[in-house]
Parts: sequence; C-alpha cells; structure tokens
Amino acid sequence: MNKIEFRGVGKVYPLGADTVTALSAVDLGLADGEFVTVVGPSGCGKSTLLGIAAGLVEPSSGSVTVDGGPVTGPGPDRGVIFQQYALFPWLTVRGNVEFGLKVAGMGRAERRARAERYIGLVGLTDFADALPKTLSGGMRQRCAIARAYAADPRVLLMDEPFGALDALTRVRMQDQLLDTWSRERRTVLFITHDVDEAVYLGNRVVVMAAGPGRVQEVIDVDLPYPRTEQTRLSPEFAALRNRVWRAVYHQPPAKEG
Amino acid sequence: MSAPAEPGAAGTGTARRRRAPEGPRSRVPAAALNAVSLAAGVGVWAALAGAGVQGLPGPVEVAQRGWELGADGTLVQDALASLRRVFVGFALGTALAVPVGFLMGWYGTARGLLEPWVQFFRTIPPLAIIPLAIVLLGIGETPKLVVIGLGAFLSCVISTFQGVIGVDSTLINAARVLGANDRVIFARVVVPASSPFIIVGMRVGLGSAWATLVAAELIAAQEGLGFRMQHAQIYYDLPTIFVGLITIGVLGLLMDRLLLAAERRLTGWQDRR
Repeated sequence: MNKIEFRGVGKVYPLGADTVTALSAVDLGLADGEFVTVVGPSGCGKSTLLGIAAGLVEPSSGSVTVDGGPVTGPGPDRGVIFQQYALFPWLTVRGNVEFGLKVAGMGRAERRARAERYIGLVGLTDFADALPKTLSGGMRQRCAIARAYAADPRVLLMDEPFGALDALTRVRMQDQLLDTWSRERRTVLFITHDVDEAVYLGNRVVVMAAGPGRVQEVIDVDLPYPRTEQTRLSPEFAALRNRVWRAVYHQPPAKEG
Repeated sequence: MSAPAEPGAAGTGTARRRRAPEGPRSRVPAAALNAVSLAAGVGVWAALAGAGVQGLPGPVEVAQRGWELGADGTLVQDALASLRRVFVGFALGTALAVPVGFLMGWYGTARGLLEPWVQFFRTIPPLAIIPLAIVLLGIGETPKLVVIGLGAFLSCVISTFQGVIGVDSTLINAARVLGANDRVIFARVVVPASSPFIIVGMRVGLGSAWATLVAAELIAAQEGLGFRMQHAQIYYDLPTIFVGLITIGVLGLLMDRLLLAAERRLTGWQDRR
C-alpha cells in the first residue's frame, strides 16, 4: 500500500461568475520512505496539491489517503514545512519545536528531550534559546524542519521550503535535508520550482503542467544516496536534469477547458 | 480620537535609534540634548514672564506655588484622586475592549453586530458624552468613570480588532498542521500574535483616558487636578493652573513610559525593521 495516495484529485476555484481549474484529476502514489519532488511552472497547482495533502485545501473532486486513511483536515500525522518558515516569532527555537508536542499533551521532561534531539539533528543546539528574529533564513527553516520532525509525522510535506534562500544556503540546506532524511527516514513530498533541486533530492520527479494543473510526466531518478557534490557534477545528474528541464520548459500547449 | 497605530510605530528608544542611520549623527548624547532643551524652555518662559507678559507667572512663582500645594497635601490628594479615576476608567475600558476586540476579530457574526456601534461611537469625542452622562448618571463618580472608560475602550477595541484580523494566516496554518484546535490556536497563536497591537491600543487608550480626565472632573468634582485648575480659574490663580498642567503632563509621561517598558518586555520578540 502506498504511504500517500492521490486519486483523481481536482480543485476548481471560483473566479467571479467563472471558475478556474487549478488541478485536474491528479493520480499519484508515494511509497513508504520515498522522497518525491514536484516541479512545474507557476500556476501548475503544485502548491494546491500539497495543500490538499496537508488538509488545508479541500479538493473539489477525488481524495487523498495517508496510510489508507482519508485526509479530512490538517493533523499532526502530516508535517508541513512552509516557504515562509511560519515560526512563532514569540517563541524560542525550543519553544517552536516543542509547540506540537505541547499541543499533543506530552509531559515536560519528555518534550524537552525530544526537542533537544531534533534541534541537535538540524544543528541548532547552540541556538535553542534564540528567538527567530535573531536567526538567518537558513536557520529559521532548519528550526521549522525540526519542529515538523519532532511531532513525529508519518509524512513530510514541504512547500518550496528553500525558495526564499540564496543559492549557496540552498545547496547547504539540500545536503542537510538529505542527511536528516537518511537518518530519520520519512516519506517526503517536496514542492519546488528549481529543476536542479528536484533532481538532486528526489527518488522521483513529478513534472506538472499548467492550465489546468496536471501531472505531465514522472521521471525516476536512479542516482544512489547519499548524494554529494560528486552527484551534482556527474554526467548522469546532468542527463536527468536536462530531461526534467525539457519536460518543464517545453511543455505541449495546454488543452483548453 | 486617535487612529490605531501600527505596533512599532509608537516604539521609540533602541529600535528607533537603531533604525535611523541616515542623517548626521550627533556627538552629544540624547539625554544631554534633552536636558539642554528643557533648560532653554524654562529660560524662555522666565524671560517672557520677566518681560511682563500680561498675567504670566514665572517659573519661580509656579515652583513656589507647587511647593505650597505639595506641603499642605492638596497636590498629592488631587493627583491621587485624578490617578484613581484614570486607572479605574482605563481598567474598565480596557478590560471590556480586549475581549470585545477579540470577538470582533475572530467571529464574523460578532464583527457584523458590533462594528457599526464601535465605529459610530468612535466618531463622537468622549467629551461630547459628558452632558448625556450627567443627565443619565448624575454628578457622582460614575459619569466621570464612564466617560474616561469610554475613551480608553474605543481606542483599545479598534486596535485589538485590527491585531486579531491581521494575524498571519500562515501561523494559524502552521499551528493547525501541528494538531492545534481552534481553542489552542486562539490562546497560543492569536493572543500572542496580536499582543503588540493590544499594547499599542492600551497606550493610546491611556492617553485618551488622561486627556478626558480634566473635562470629566468639570462634572461637580470636589478634588482632582482638573477640579483644582477649574477652581483656580475663577480666582485668576495662574500659578495653580500651571502647577496642575505640569503635574498632568509629568504624570501622563510617566504612565506612558511604564507602558512602553511593558511593551518592550512583552513584545521584544518582534522583528522590527
């Protein structure tokens, strides 16, 4: 059984008297422990797809299941990482990481220990008592990743998490994310608009097309983990990147309707 | 009265100083400049009084009267009476404004029901309510407290409401995906996220309460700074009026500094530009 299963998922938004089809009949399954990246031009509905899996957006048609159970709303079994970090600015790094645990009613000592562990996992131990305003963008996102991990979700949903970071920080964050993922294996659905990022991180790359938003092509990335700079510079990586690039930037014209 | 300010707009001190790199920096510390400015102001005042501006008492005369009023206990008694009114009125107004502001921000129904009334009363200066308050509530303490409280309420309610509707929806979503229900989101996200607005509202509300005080004390008061000045006016007792004005100014400034310190402590997490 797939960990996450999209079946005929569609989303239609009203626009005045008219409607806009953001997403049309998407079928997609993520196996347990798989890292799937979704890439596509803006307006292809990739963020809507993630929002539906998170339970923050209600699909107009179709359904999403996680471990066979239908998604009916947001819940701690699906960790979400937002592009804007979405840290609570009045809480320290520790307070943010403990938030979900507190909500779940976990005891103080256990909460502490758990937060400590995940703060360490993302390398923020020295900043555990710092407020978000004192952290760089990359550190904020690491804190958000620790927060999502600490709640022990069955799947991680990442919505362009590194989109707001500069190119160098981005590369570092990608390596760190893969490192974290290899140590704490989760099923990941990762949205991005960056072709390199999609290929570098994913087992599979889902290329989406716009108007209406739909899955254009699914490309397997058979590069072994752990991936390193060597991977990035390899001809195999280049070939895959070119293939994904063409799928993203040379899409057949949209069918009207 | 005053429009709700952005949190941070009222913030001064370190944040403001850090934020103003443009312009030539003064080599003299700000505190010294303030002291020089105050001394110069008093000097100008003394010069004007010395030059014989009609009826204007000089600083020495006013200080003397201040000493007399202080020594016989009148000043302290008046100041305490005024402070009590402001605090009670302000506390009542704010205690009502915060929950009402939250209701208006959180529930569309409450907003629809309450907003026209709040907006309508906001356009009426609290002072204009005085005649009505006297007729309905008599001339005791109640009408004074109602008028002062109304001023504080209206300033604070709008600010709280703005704070609640301005809470970043990403933060609410972030709490939701971590398993928070509506009650938890309200207590752990909406309340802290809107606290800077509430505190700014309280500062504006306190200013408004203080501003309403003197007029409220015109309603048949037996003591209070406003009453003392009103009484002095009848006898052309300008030094007493000056003592009253200065006391009101100094007390108002002290109260604002206190709230500002509270604001810094409670909302220091804000990422100010």
